Amino acid sequence: MAEKVERLRFVEWGGGVSPFAVGSKKLGMWLFIVSDSLTFSGLLVGYSYVRIANERWPMPFEFWPTIVMATVMTFCLLSSSLTMALAVRASSLGDRARVIRFIALTMLGGILFVLLHAKEWAGLIAEGVRLWENPWGVPLFGASFFTLTGLHMLHVISGVIYLGVIALGVSRGRFTHEDVEISGLYWHFVDLVWMFIFPLVYLLSVKMP
Amino acid sequence: MEITHAGHVETGPKLYVLTWVWLLVLTAIEVTLAYFHLPIGLMLFLLMGLSIVKAALILAHFMHLRFERLNLVVTLIPAMVLCITLLTVFFPDGMRALRLAVR
Repeated sequence: MAEKVERLRFVEWGGGVSPFAVGSKKLGMWLFIVSDSLTFSGLLVGYSYVRIANERWPMPFEFWPTIVMATVMTFCLLSSSLTMALAVRASSLGDRARVIRFIALTMLGGILFVLLHAKEWAGLIAEGVRLWENPWGVPLFGASFFTLTGLHMLHVISGVIYLGVIALGVSRGRFTHEDVEISGLYWHFVDLVWMFIFPLVYLLSVKMP
Repeated sequence: MEITHAGHVETGPKLYVLTWVWLLVLTAIEVTLAYFHLPIGLMLFLLMGLSIVKAALILAHFMHLRFERLNLVVTLIPAMVLCITLLTVFFPDGMRALRLAVR
């Protein structure tokens, strides 16, 4: 029996006792990412549904400041993904000082994103946009906007905290390369979700000159 | 590519920087596209197409899916894409609501 299992491990399909060839923690993060992407898809489809069902959906976003700021936020998130990928690479090479430096840069990108986003929210709230009403009609505009971007912002904030914990652990030699890589998966996923929220929520609601 | 002490195939920083540049270029195209006066259906098609390319770049390179065993990819991705696609079953109902709306 043991011999058979041992043989299965090396057959061409590569399945046997470890079909995915990843650790249980990493597989767990992947499963979380799949389920979280379904959560965001549900919200995006819900937003699209109410948008289709309303003839006069508001398109209030001016080029300056909203679209420019949202593009800068996208830049922050994409760049933080690059630094995270470099942190994971440094970790695989065993360079702890660089791991911490790159994770710090990643967190900075995340914090900038949240600050710019919070400023945008404050601007919209000052204009009178609420969950249940806004100056442009169709009350669901505020509900869908704040829910979608709010859940995403929550993910970015928890991501920054998560990365902080990982960086602290790495500096004390408590976490392995796998832990850094898994935190990277989460961070890239948050970036990936924004790649859908940005065009659907912002770019399809620009105020045409 | 280089083999690290952990035995993993590790990609060089060049691939990451190149991926980042492509993601920025595609984002710039999307923002420019938003100011073209295109029919909403075509606009949606183009923006979503570009976003799916961006998502694929992030998954493949940043999230290393290209370098994982194929088993993991075919277990995770097709089922997720199918579930997300099935959600579009609600859209015809959204259009029905529009026809029923009081004008």
